[in-house]
Order: sequence, then structure tokens, then C-alpha cells
Amino acid sequence: MTLVGESVKRIEDPRLITGKGTYVGDVSVPGMLHMQIVRSPHGHANIKNIDVSAANSSPGVVAIFTGADIAEQLGSLPVGWVLDEEMKQPPHPPLATDRVRMVGDAVAVVVADSIAEAVEAAELVDVDYEVLEAVVSAVDAQKSDAPQLHEEAPGNLAFKWEIEGGDWAETVKNADVVVKQDIINQRLIPNAIETRGVVADYNPGTDQITMWTSTQIPHLVRLLFTLVTGHPESKVRIIAPEVGGAFGSKLYLYAEEVIAGIVAKQLARPVRWIESRQENYVATAHGRDHISTAEIAGNKDGEITGINVVVNANLGAYLSTFAPLIPTILFGVMLAGQYKIQNVKCKVLGVFTNTTPTDAYRGAGRPEATYLLERMVDRFAQEIGRDPVTVRRKNMINAFRNGYETPTGVMYDTGNFKGALNKALEHFDYQGFRKEQREARRNGKLLGVGFSSYIEITGMAPSAVASSLGAGAGLWESSTLRVHPTGSVSVYSGTAPSGQGHETSFAQMVASQLGVAMENIEVHHGDTDKQQFGTGTFGSRSLAVGGAALHMSLEKVIAKAKKIAAHQLGVPEKQIELVNGTFIVEDIPESSIGFGDVALEAYLAKNLPPGMEPGLEATSFFDPENFTWPFGTHIAVVELDADTGEVKLKRYVAVDDVGNVMNPMIVDGMVHGGITQGIGQALWENGVYGDDAQLLSGSMLDYALPIAKNLPSYETDRTVTPTKVNPLGAKGAGEAGTIAACPAIVNACVDALNHLGVTHIDMPVTSEKVWRILDEKKKAHPRRK
Amino acid sequence: MPNEITVTVNGTEYTDTVEARTLLSDYIRDTLGLTGTHIGCDTSSCGACTVFVDGRSAKSCTLLAVQANGSSVTTVEGLAKDGELSPVQAAFQEEHGLQCGFCTPGMMISVAQLLDRNSSPSEAEIRESISGNICRCTGYHNIVKAAQTAAGSS
Repeated sequence: MTLVGESVKRIEDPRLITGKGTYVGDVSVPGMLHMQIVRSPHGHANIKNIDVSAANSSPGVVAIFTGADIAEQLGSLPVGWVLDEEMKQPPHPPLATDRVRMVGDAVAVVVADSIAEAVEAAELVDVDYEVLEAVVSAVDAQKSDAPQLHEEAPGNLAFKWEIEGGDWAETVKNADVVVKQDIINQRLIPNAIETRGVVADYNPGTDQITMWTSTQIPHLVRLLFTLVTGHPESKVRIIAPEVGGAFGSKLYLYAEEVIAGIVAKQLARPVRWIESRQENYVATAHGRDHISTAEIAGNKDGEITGINVVVNANLGAYLSTFAPLIPTILFGVMLAGQYKIQNVKCKVLGVFTNTTPTDAYRGAGRPEATYLLERMVDRFAQEIGRDPVTVRRKNMINAFRNGYETPTGVMYDTGNFKGALNKALEHFDYQGFRKEQREARRNGKLLGVGFSSYIEITGMAPSAVASSLGAGAGLWESSTLRVHPTGSVSVYSGTAPSGQGHETSFAQMVASQLGVAMENIEVHHGDTDKQQFGTGTFGSRSLAVGGAALHMSLEKVIAKAKKIAAHQLGVPEKQIELVNGTFIVEDIPESSIGFGDVALEAYLAKNLPPGMEPGLEATSFFDPENFTWPFGTHIAVVELDADTGEVKLKRYVAVDDVGNVMNPMIVDGMVHGGITQGIGQALWENGVYGDDAQLLSGSMLDYALPIAKNLPSYETDRTVTPTKVNPLGAKGAGEAGTIAACPAIVNACVDALNHLGVTHIDMPVTSEKVWRILDEKKKAHPRRK
Repeated sequence: MPNEITVTVNGTEYTDTVEARTLLSDYIRDTLGLTGTHIGCDTSSCGACTVFVDGRSAKSCTLLAVQANGSSVTTVEGLAKDGELSPVQAAFQEEHGLQCGFCTPGMMISVAQLLDRNSSPSEAEIRESISGNICRCTGYHNIVKAAQTAAGSS
């Protein structure tokens, strides 16, 4: 039996398609109270006074807490990644006490018998604010007269991070061409369709806090909750039930988790908080928001010799858990991409503003790096009058199987970049398209093609490397494999999925190795009382790190079972092997014992090899030596409406290399979703603040998410270059699409307008932007069509 | 103000007293305990709460429970008949039309509504008909395939 590499149907689906999944909003605990949070309507203000008297007498109210009431119990939300000693970590109280720094900052919490009563009472909480001047742009916040957010961070600067490989100054001297471009990577709002939510219960008899929360990191939530509140880790149970999408936005310890846990403890009653979508827009971390200037240097023959980038990274009002990591390490080290570029310089200024904190959103740093690099490669090609595919191919690193060290100091594991590019071109008649494009232009039609050749960093992470770069926790992953006496199997993984189908992929691994039927394998995740410590699901790590940990446990269980089988069969261990769930003796197939019978013997323990412990289970912790490095080439074809500026995506070809694939159906699905989030950023999505620090794109009516009718079906394919970093050869697939898509789309849009002298358009490439460009060109050249 | 309503949900008749302001989605989830119907927004944008009301798909967060008085409602829990998945449900599993599953109940009802009206829709018609439902995981690619598969099998 081999199920590895097969598109096995998901075992998660039957419950989800019949409405039987349990998300946090479906959790109900007897006696449960409802929590509503009073949030700041101002981007920056001092809290002069909070009057809760009217709210307190509102029907159904059980308790009201302000920051002043419980600040000590709530502590300060921590930062999990510290870049250097200079990095500023101002306090981040879950409930503000004296000052609010963003719209949505929590200032009080109302607990009532019903959510309707809690909402009504919250509206009666009277907060007297002294409104202060606010700043929302990372560039403006660095100006000398800018309002200051934190005393601890003069100039609103949280950190300055620099990296240089090679010699940029020398590169500029020797280059035929240096192209400079300002590039904005706009703020995004993740919009998992399930908002966040928490149900917290407290047992005063045992002092145990149990918390259901929609998170990607149950164990880290427990760890950080304990660090913040002092409540012992052994007395905190975090359960991540079904999680309705996350994309990085559920990867942190959030204020509401601390508040709900402490309020439940204070009241000795269960409390529930479900984030409204309106709250989600301001209270859940955002992504991206870079204002950058990039320079690319090279020669007229198409050789790219260097890249230099300065980034103003908007971190929002406070540092979210992993915020310092995203615009620095996950961005800066990736700037050489798939190319032999030897000189890379990058400076990142991490800046506080009166906006919602930014942190990892699908891709997290790599989409920003890839967009910038791939945009600049096109800019460079355009500048020297060469074909963008030719320039890419000329500069691509040749195939390698034993590592490639970049000038930024990281070691790519394996790669065959030209292989992926070639495969993408097998799906797309490039020369034919150029001909069609020329003809279309003669007929007033604007067609464009865009390429994006990306490499990303996944499989987070080798703990020692991560720690040397600032990680506050080990990033290995764990598994327990428990074989029951009757031969069924339970897997306990430290990963915590939010739609990635881990139960299926992990069950496939077990079924193929042990020969146990899929229906006899249960995969458990997301419960700190069931699973040994684990790190969670992010950074496309779950198979490459969590799957590898399961692989280790499988090896241990098989090794023990084999000893028992050999003992039972009375032959030396080396003469038997496990085939489709049965241990058979070499050359004597009739002499055999089933895996299930071995399991039973392991528990009966009446005839085990001398000295062997009873039972059949193993726990493993896998800590890789390197990250993994997926790569690929995506191609987008767009048509721009010459009258309205509307961008229509005509085709999208994606060739990804994510190493070995456990379940192609699942990988394709993640690629489709990832591409769509990238297209969303390229064409529609935009998190916009007004100068008064109000979020103007604060609802699904104002923030344009991708919808089905604006998208085509995608053409996906793969090359397979296994990694040696883990025993599965898997690299990671969760973020590739998002990383690749933005430059493919924008390059296509610019290509469509290339003949008009357009060199760059900032995302999102809306109809309005394109229409304005076309209108301007028309005015400049009234007789040109 | 309390109001008594009688609603048939998934074939069972319920009579309950609800507040005038109670949304149909909250009635389904909180009063009847049918939590398969999900709430994803507060602006009638996401479609996760879509149910059938008298055979027509409707965003249950945009109806008051009292408006459903006398109606017949079908939620995701009522799609399967006698333990057998509906063609749309089966197709969603077959074509991997879901990942996190949160938008899925509403999405399946929108697809079922389309197929009730048009047994062999084009891709463009499928995409148009599910554009009131937002999915963040699948990019809609496999949802479109699921709709095509369901159309072929029913």
C-alpha cells in the first residue's frame, strides 16, 4: 500500500460539509457569559476618565473592567522576536490605561448574560478622550515634527536593520546601468472568513484555565499567556478547534486571549468573545505596508550585478508577536532571489504609527521581497531594452543539489530554477503571445504578460539558526504516534491547521508506512492537554517539520514492532520486513504476523523480547538543520480595457517546486488559494487610513476581496526537486502562490502599457489607476490611439 | 419585544419566542443549535450564512427571524438526505472544494441554488452565481470544479 503522493480525499471533509465542524463560535459552556470590548474610536488620544456607571446599571451586566482595574493581572503583550539590543519594545497593555494609540485599542470590557446586553452596555461606557495628533505613514512618522507614540522609541523608530553582502558602492561604479524605483507594498487586511474568538473557562477548584481560541499556535499561546499573566503553564489548557482560515493573522498572542482568560478567572465563570468583522478589521494584525526605494544595477548585456533597497516598514501602534522578523530577515535575505546577484544591500526602518499592528500575512516578508525584486528585474530589462524572460534566464543560478550560498548569507537547499521556468513556458506560447500582443495593440487592445520567478524560505525553522537571529522560542516540531492494542492508531501533532488538511496528509503517511487503513487513523492537533509541546502552523512548515517529526515516530514504532514480530516468529530481525501491514519473513511469506497482532502483543506483554518495555508508541521532536526553499515561475496574462482601465486577468500559469508532494490535490488547492490572495493584493485589496488615523477600508464593503467572477481558473504544474533538509524531501506549499502572484500580475499590467512608456504602477492596479495613466497619455499625445 | 414564530427547519417545525431584533442567522445558531450556518461578517458581504428560505437562497444574517415566520428553511445540516450526501456536498469533497470549511455551508447552498435553476451552467455562470460568497482558501478554482461535477451528476 502506498498512499504517499496520491490525491487521497480529505478525511476532514465529511464533518465540514455536513455542518458538524466545531469552530470556536460553536463552543458553548454552561453558564457562559458574553464579553464585549469597548474600543478606541480615535487613532491617538489620552484617556482622561472612564465612567462605567450607566453601563453598570444596564440590564444583564455582570461586570465591567477597565485597564485601571486589572492592568496588573493582564501584564503586557510580549514580542517573540528580538532583532538586537537596540530594538525598542514599548509596553503593550491588553487594555489601555492612560493612552490609546490606534483605532480599536481596547479600553474596557463589559461582561453580560447575553451578547446583545453586553453590546448595549458597552455603548454606555463613557470614555473621556483628549484627542492627540496622529500619524499613519511610516515615512511621515520619522519626520522631526511627527507625533510620538512611545517614550521608549524616539522618532517612532522600533529598529533599524541592515544587511550587506558584496559591495554595493563598488557595484554602482562598475555598472552600465542603475535603475531606481520607488515601490509601495500596500497594507493588507487578512480577512480569514472566520474572525477570531475566544471561549475561556476557569475551574476555581483546580485553578485550571481552559481556553478555546482560533489560533495557529496553541502551545505558544499557552506559553505566552503564562509569561504575561503568571498563571502556571501546567494549569492552562489551550484548544484550537476547527480554525476557519488564518493566513498568519492567528499567529500571535492577542489582547483578547489574555483578557478573556483573566476575566474568566476573576469571575470564576466561562466567558465568550467572538470578534465581529468590524472589530477584525482593526483588532487583528494586518500585513505588508512597506514604502521602499530600490535600485538595481547591471550591464547592458543583461547581467544583474546588484540590488540596494531601503524600506520604511510600518509596524503599527505596537509590536505584534513576530512583527520584527517579517520585514527584516524574511525579507532582506531573500533579495537575491533566483539570481546570481552578488551584491545585495538592504536597510529596513521599523516604524511605529497610529495604525493596527502589522505582522506575518501569508508569505510574510517573502512576498514583499519577491515583488520588489521581480518588479526591478522587469524595470532593468525594460531599461536596457531586453526581453524579461531572457534577462531572467541569463541571471538564474544553475541547478544545484548540494546547497547554494547567497550573498545575504543563507544556504538554499536544492534548486532547478531554469527547469521550472522552462516548464512554465511549455504551458505558454511566449513568442505566439508577443505576436498576438502586437496585433492587439494595432487594434487598440492592451494585452500584457508578466513573469515572476521566485524562491522562498519555508519549513520554519532550524531552532539554533532562528535563535541566533532573534527567535524567542525553539521552532522545531513534535509528534506522538500511539498504536492502540487493537491496531488502530492515534497521531498527536504539534502543528495546528486552519484548512491545510493535516489530518489527511499525516494519516496518509501512517497508512502507507504501517499498512493501517485510513479510517483507523485519528490525527489530533490543537489541544495542549493532548499534544506534547509543538510550535504550530505557519511558514509552510507543517509537513516539512511536523511531518518529519511524524516520520521519526513512525521509524521508532516500526523498529520496536519489528523486534516484537521477530521475537514472535522466532527469526532474526534482519530477516523480516513490514509489507502492507504484515511482517513477513524473507523467502517464507507464509510465516508472518500482522501489524495489529504485534500491537496487541506489545500491550499483552506476555511474550516480549527480554527487557523490552510494554506498549507501542513513540514521541519525536524534529529540528531541521536548515530552512527549505521552494521556488517556481508564474506567468500572468492580462487585458486592460482601453476605455475604462479595467484589468482582466486572462490566464494564470503556475509552475511550483515544493519538493516531494504528499497529496497533490491538497498542494494544488493551497497554490490556488495562495495565488488568489496575491492577485487580490495586485489588483484590489488596499488597507487605507485617513490622516486622522481612521481606517477607511474598514469593512468588506470598503476592502475589495477577490470574488469568483473576477478570476479565471488557473493552470498549475510542478517540477519536483526534493530537499535533503528533512527525510520526506518536502519543502512547503502554503505560501508559494501568494509570493509569486503579485509581481506576475503587476509585470503583466506594466507590460500591457510598455509601449506607452509606462515603467511602474503601484499596487493595487485598479481600474482608476490604469484609466488615469491612459487619460494622461491621451492628453500628452492627443493623436495617438 | 418578544414574538412567537413558527419555522420549519430541515423538515422539523419549531415554535419559539424571539426578540424582534433577532437575526435569522442567530436564531438558527443560538436557539436551534444548528451551528453549521456560519457568520463571517456584519455587512451581508461574505455569504457564509447563506441558507434556503422557501427554496430561495438567502443570507440569513440579513433577515430577521420574524421574517422567516411560516417559512421553510434548509441549512447545511439539511442538505444530506437519509445519511446520503447531496450531489453538491459529494462534489465539494470529490473536487477538494473546501479547505478550512468556514465558507463552505453557504457556498454549497449558493451552488445548489444555481443548479436548481440551471442544470448545466457555464463556468462564467457558476462564477457569477457564487460571487456573493467569499472564500479565502480555495481561490474558487475547485469550487467551480465542484459545481461542474455536481451539475454532471445530478
